[in-house]
Amino acid sequence: MIDDLTELTIKDAARLLRLGSISSAELVTAHVERIERLDPHVKAYLRFTPELWESQADEADRKIGQGEAPPLAGIPMAVKDVLCVRGVETTAGSQILRGFKPPYTATAVARLFEAGAVMLGVTNCDEFAMGSSTENSGYFPTRNPWDLDRVPGGSSGGSAAAVAAGEAMIALGSDTGGSIRQPAALCGVVGMKPTYGRVSRYGLIAFASSLDQIGPFARTVDDAAITLSLMAGFDPLDATSSDRPGLEVLNSSGGTVKGMRLGVPREYYDVKGIEPGVKAALDAALFILRNAGAEIVDVSLPHTDYGLAAYYIIAPAECSSNLARFDGVRYGLAEVDAPNITDEYMQTRRKGFGTEVRRRVMLGTYALSSGYYDAYYLKAQKVRTLIKRDFDEAFKKCDAIVSATSPTVAFPIGSKTQDPLSMYLCDVLTLGGNLAGLPGISVPCGTSDGLPVGLQVLGPQWGESVVLRVARSYEEASEIRAEVASVV
Amino acid sequence: MEVHVQPKTRTKMFCGCAVAPLNAPPNTYVCEICLGLPGTLPVANKAAVEACLKTALALNCEIPRHTKFDRKNYMYPDLPKGYQISQYDLPMSVSGHVEVATRKVRIRRVHLEEDTGKLVHAGDKLHKAWESYVDLNRAGVPLMEIVSEPDLRSADEARDYATELRTLLRAIGASEAEMEKGQMRVEPNISIRRAASDELGVKTELKNINSFRALHRAILFEVERQTQVLESGGRVVQETRGWSEAEQRTFSQRSKEFAEDYRYFPEPDLPPLEVERTWIDELRRNLPELPSVRRARLLDHLPAAQVAVIGADRELADLYENAVARGAPALPTANWIVNEVAPTGKLSPPENLAELMKLLHDGAITRDSAREVYVESVETGRTPAEIVAEHGYAQVSDESELRVLAEAVIDANPKAAADYRNGKKQAMQALMADLRKRAPHANPKVANELLLKLLA
Ligand SMILES: [Zn+2]
Repeated sequence: MIDDLTELTIKDAARLLRLGSISSAELVTAHVERIERLDPHVKAYLRFTPELWESQADEADRKIGQGEAPPLAGIPMAVKDVLCVRGVETTAGSQILRGFKPPYTATAVARLFEAGAVMLGVTNCDEFAMGSSTENSGYFPTRNPWDLDRVPGGSSGGSAAAVAAGEAMIALGSDTGGSIRQPAALCGVVGMKPTYGRVSRYGLIAFASSLDQIGPFARTVDDAAITLSLMAGFDPLDATSSDRPGLEVLNSSGGTVKGMRLGVPREYYDVKGIEPGVKAALDAALFILRNAGAEIVDVSLPHTDYGLAAYYIIAPAECSSNLARFDGVRYGLAEVDAPNITDEYMQTRRKGFGTEVRRRVMLGTYALSSGYYDAYYLKAQKVRTLIKRDFDEAFKKCDAIVSATSPTVAFPIGSKTQDPLSMYLCDVLTLGGNLAGLPGISVPCGTSDGLPVGLQVLGPQWGESVVLRVARSYEEASEIRAEVASVV
Repeated sequence: MEVHVQPKTRTKMFCGCAVAPLNAPPNTYVCEICLGLPGTLPVANKAAVEACLKTALALNCEIPRHTKFDRKNYMYPDLPKGYQISQYDLPMSVSGHVEVATRKVRIRRVHLEEDTGKLVHAGDKLHKAWESYVDLNRAGVPLMEIVSEPDLRSADEARDYATELRTLLRAIGASEAEMEKGQMRVEPNISIRRAASDELGVKTELKNINSFRALHRAILFEVERQTQVLESGGRVVQETRGWSEAEQRTFSQRSKEFAEDYRYFPEPDLPPLEVERTWIDELRRNLPELPSVRRARLLDHLPAAQVAVIGADRELADLYENAVARGAPALPTANWIVNEVAPTGKLSPPENLAELMKLLHDGAITRDSAREVYVESVETGRTPAEIVAEHGYAQVSDESELRVLAEAVIDANPKAAADYRNGKKQAMQALMADLRKRAPHANPKVANELLLKLLA
């Protein structure tokens, strides 16, 4: 019974809660017990928030009792360590922010609290969301619930693993180059990155401001869609946020791919390093979609090869500036014994930042330096424009783009840590969506050698409803649904 | 010249904090955004953008359709984010000009940025300080930077340019532009050249200038210093120099031989601004008359000395013109404003000033009474006529009444009367003084004539 409660969808849980068959407190307790049993192995969470889950579950039960339950009343949720929650230690997976308790809550989180969600804890991630395996966490690596010797992907690995292991019903992540979709694929859950500007970034500790977006993890497309719809929309605190339409949550009868044209970019299909098992799973998914009535069309994204290079200029450039505030003067780690301010900066940052963060700060500082700006940053921005144009052209021939989310399944812990370039290649199929600001989702599409494979669906700007429609049709037609990993 | 001006806004440039009053306790006008806490984002202040656009229009600048904010990256404890949001290659406005006396000074650009906080060092000098404190009240306060082309040729012109900017900014309501309150900071760049040459010499930039007078003196000093350096065979070093008010000299602060690399790039947290033409047109339409135009009009019926005072302040000029429009006599009203209003800053409604000036002009009250009436009218808001009636300030001009008074004065001052009769004309002053003491509201002209007649 307890395990059943941790395998519910939002829709089922909401029904049971409203019927009075279960209480929010029971739902939370079931998840906490599962966390106590599994998380010592998975290590999805960095810290727990018992005061919050108790008060929020009580509040949910009270509102349900009064018949005023908001849509997510009582739904257990995990939050990535890059989203500020008032009074809760938030560190972006970094030692430099150890002990930092923000005096405010990120807009996205506040909206889900408003909708009744119950926060269980803060999930692990790569330091400042820089990484694809959660091994760059300043605390400890998270493990893949399907194989504890493998990574969960990253940077939102903790959130993906928590949902996969039944340690949360939904979770929040952030996606700068694939940091929601790739771990969702590797952990066998649904993960969605919305259009840039769909969700307010206020309270999201920035990695690369022009690429970052907040999005949900869930075990079904519907759950992801509901969660996204509740946190989306214009926020006066984020000048890049928008109220554009295109997020109509599908009603249960709607949503078929019949008559839709789904583009398969040949550069993604034959991407270098794609594992045969991943390609086989993708082929099977395309077969299912075609059987469901979709027309599969060949499209091209000719500048794909340059995307990775452009991304690894733009993201580090922005991060080098965004991370300048971590100087030990106002909050976080401070090496106060330094003889002067420059040494204080250097000692604090050397001690507080991990290797990958320091590498990217240096890369970005170099790319923005006078004399190099035109050759690096400006050129990367031009490539970004070309990549956007590639997608514009492709969407003239198709309604949505489908591909594998990651070229590989979850890889063994430690296998790529010595080779940053091989780690960067994990994002080759996802980062185009960030450079172009497009909505994208990863849904489970079978396994390869017993490990989950993800199917990525990308839509045009503000075309979340298209993406969700394809993803749900596939979910329905394939009868593949995210399962809760049994772990041990 | 680089001039930083704080536009008149209720809140800071990118957050909802009120702009701190002068001498507010440290770190009391701050929030998570201007403290640069992780996860916070800037949102541009529309009032600041509008003030900048108005300033640009008043300075005859071009306003491009597209403008954007950029990050200027450098680390310093008074800069909470590790970068300052400023404008680099697409400023809010470019290519303007302003007339200063007979010279047309070209304006290179006017752009918007945010101020930094300030450091307070314990101990006497920075390098000896053993503790430094950070006050972020100023962090994020909006600033407009007005950059002129190298068109100013002397300390006088630089001072006149700065005063003209202040007058203009106050006239259009873009800023209070009070130097003492830190709302306006001027940084002249000084270079000298040989009389025959067109090529400008190496420049130095002067900082810490707190008044128009300091600006003038600092430039004179710096010109003299550079002249001496060159004449003694030396070389002027490109650097930032501070002005020491105490020592009345400039001193080297920071060499600019190796330019700092600020790694400017577009601020990704703020979408580029598309300045709508309809907004510009509306601002242009609603721009008040510019000081140069108004001065030209005032010069048609007032002497230059009065125009220099009245034309330099929008409130004074408004008071003058509105009072005259209500029937106040022009020159006496101008003199009143120059002598009685400008030094005290006590502004009365124009209809009250007009009424007072008419009372004075018609001889109904004395000048001394008028001063008292004016102050009371400003403080209570009552009309001069009411106050005059209540206090009995009305001037006594009745001859029979004054004749009794004059006789009494002569009786009471036999020595002065005798002196006068013996040809000591200045003795009349003592007699008049006694008369005014006995009857403050006596019409001095009529009383004087009576005394002369009685002593003849
Ligand atoms: Zn503030």
